[in-house]
Amino acid sequence: MADAPKMEFSRRGFLKGAGITAASTVIESANALARDAKDGLSGPQAVGPDAIPIKLRINGQEHAVTVEPRYTLAQTLRDNLEMTGTKVVCDRGSCSACTVWIDKTPALACMTLAVDAVGREITTIEGLSHGETMHPVQAAFVKHDAMQCGFCTPGMVMSCAALLERNPNPKLSDVKHAVSGNLCRCGTYPKVFAATLDAAQQRGQIADLVTLNTGTERYDGA
Amino acid sequence: MNKFSFVDCKTVDEALGQLNNGATVKAGGIDLLDLMKEGIVAPPKLVNIRNVDSLRGITVSKDGLHLGPLVTLSEIAAHPDIQRTYSGLSDAAGHAATPQVRNMATVGGNIMQRPRCWYFRSTDFDCRKKGTSDVCHALTGENQYHAVINNSTCAMVHPSSTAVPLLGMNATVELTSKRGKRTVAMSDFYVPPEKSLINETVVQPGELITGIFVPAPEPGTRSAYQKYGEKESFDWPIADAGIVLVMDGNRCRKAAVVMGVAAPTPIRSAAAEAVLTGKTIDEATARAAAKAAMQGATPLSQNGYKTQLFQTAIYRTVLLAAGQMQRDPSAIG
Repeated sequence: MADAPKMEFSRRGFLKGAGITAASTVIESANALARDAKDGLSGPQAVGPDAIPIKLRINGQEHAVTVEPRYTLAQTLRDNLEMTGTKVVCDRGSCSACTVWIDKTPALACMTLAVDAVGREITTIEGLSHGETMHPVQAAFVKHDAMQCGFCTPGMVMSCAALLERNPNPKLSDVKHAVSGNLCRCGTYPKVFAATLDAAQQRGQIADLVTLNTGTERYDGA
Repeated sequence: MNKFSFVDCKTVDEALGQLNNGATVKAGGIDLLDLMKEGIVAPPKLVNIRNVDSLRGITVSKDGLHLGPLVTLSEIAAHPDIQRTYSGLSDAAGHAATPQVRNMATVGGNIMQRPRCWYFRSTDFDCRKKGTSDVCHALTGENQYHAVINNSTCAMVHPSSTAVPLLGMNATVELTSKRGKRTVAMSDFYVPPEKSLINETVVQPGELITGIFVPAPEPGTRSAYQKYGEKESFDWPIADAGIVLVMDGNRCRKAAVVMGVAAPTPIRSAAAEAVLTGKTIDEATARAAAKAAMQGATPLSQNGYKTQLFQTAIYRTVLLAAGQMQRDPSAIG
C-alpha cells in the first residue's frame, strides 16, 4: 500500500506564494496601465460600486456625503441630508414630485444620480425661502390654498418658481405648460395657476425686496 | 437598482476607453435609470458622457443642422432656427414627456431608448424579445398600445418621438469607436425584430453616437409632427406622424410620411408618400394618404383603433405641414 502523499504546507511557504500572486497582480495592472497609456486611453478612474465620499452644492452650501453611485439625488437629499422637502412618489420620472433645480433648470431628483450632480448647483424647496420668509410662490400657494394632500406641492412650487425666474410675466398657458409634468392627484391645478399668476404680480411689485436665497442660511423646516 | 461603478468622462476618447466588459453609456440617464430600477438591465459600470463638452451644441449652417448627441430635447424645442427650418423636429422634441424630462433627456438617448412593451419592461414576464422564452405575450395578451404593422415577430413599439422627423428629414447618425467613425442613415439605424431580437439599432458595443446631422431642406420644404395619446402630458404616443413636404406652390413635389409607434421601429409609408407626390395638398389627398398608410396593417385583438388614430394623425399632420391647419388642440404634449 502506497503512502498517502505528504501534505507540505508551511506559513512561510504560503506567504511566499501569496507574495508572488500579489506581485503578479501588480505587474498585470501595470501592464494594463501601460497598454492604456499607449492607446492614449488611460483616463478617468471609475468609482464605486461601494459608497464613496462626494460633495454636493445645495442651496449655496457644500454638503459632504458618502453614497453608492446608484443613489439618486432624491434619495441622497432625503436619506443622507435629511432634506425631506423634496418628495418621491413614482421614482420613475413620471410625476415630477421630486423636482429640484439643477443649474437653475427644473430637473428630476429621482432620475439624477447623486454622483452625477457633483459640480452642479442644486436648489431644493428648502432653498427657496429666506429662513421663515416664504418665496412669493410659496406665499401665494398658501394664500390661494393651492394644495390638498401636499405631496406634489414642493415639486409644483419648484416648477412655478422656475417659470417666474425665466418669465416674470407669464400667461395662464405658460403656467399650465410649466406644471404639465407635475401630477396632482387632488386636482389643485386651478389654484396652482391662480397662485402662480398672483405671485408673478406680487413679485413684480416687491421685486427689490425678494431675491432668491442662494445662500448662507438653511431653512430647517421639514 | 443593481450596484455599479461609475466613471465620469470628459472626452470621447476617455469614454471609448471605458466601454468594455458590459459597461453602458449614460447621457441624460432617463431611460437607462428606468430600465435599471425595473431590473431589466443591470450594467456593472456606467460610463457618464454627460460632461463630454464636444458632444454638446447645435450648429446650423447652409449644409444643414448638426446636433451634438447631448443636446437636450428642451434645447431643440426652444431653438429658433430649428423651429423655423426643421419645425417637425422642434414639434417632436417639445412634445415628448414632461418639461423636467425634456431638460434632462438628450437627443442621442432619445433615439437609443429601449422599446416600449409592458411585457418587455416587466421582470415578471419571460419573452421572445428578452431571449428568455419563445413567446410574445403581446400577440395574445394585452396589446392595446402595441404595433399594428410588422408585428408578427415582436409587437413592441419604439417610443422615440425625435426619430420620427429625423427619419423623414433624411438625418444621419455618426458613430465613433476605437476603430474609427462611420455614418449611418436614420433609415438604416433601427433593426426590426424579424432581423434581430437582440439588436434594436446598428450601434455596436464600444460605439458611441457622436453626432446627428440633418441635411438642409430643399427650398419649399415644410414639416410637422403631432402625437396622440391618452394623457396630455408625460405619455408616450399611441399614434404619431412626422410629415415632410417639399412644396411647389400648392403642389407637393416630394413627401415623407413617417409613423412612430405603428411598428417596432419608426417607419416611412411609401404608399402614403406616393399618394401625396405630385398632387395638390388638400383635405382629400391628406385623407387618401392617411388611408394608404394603414393599408396592410395587421392590428392585434385590442389595437384596431390605432389604425384609425394613425389615419387621423397623418391626415391632420399633412395639413399642418402644408399650412392648411393649425396645430391640433387634441394632439398631446
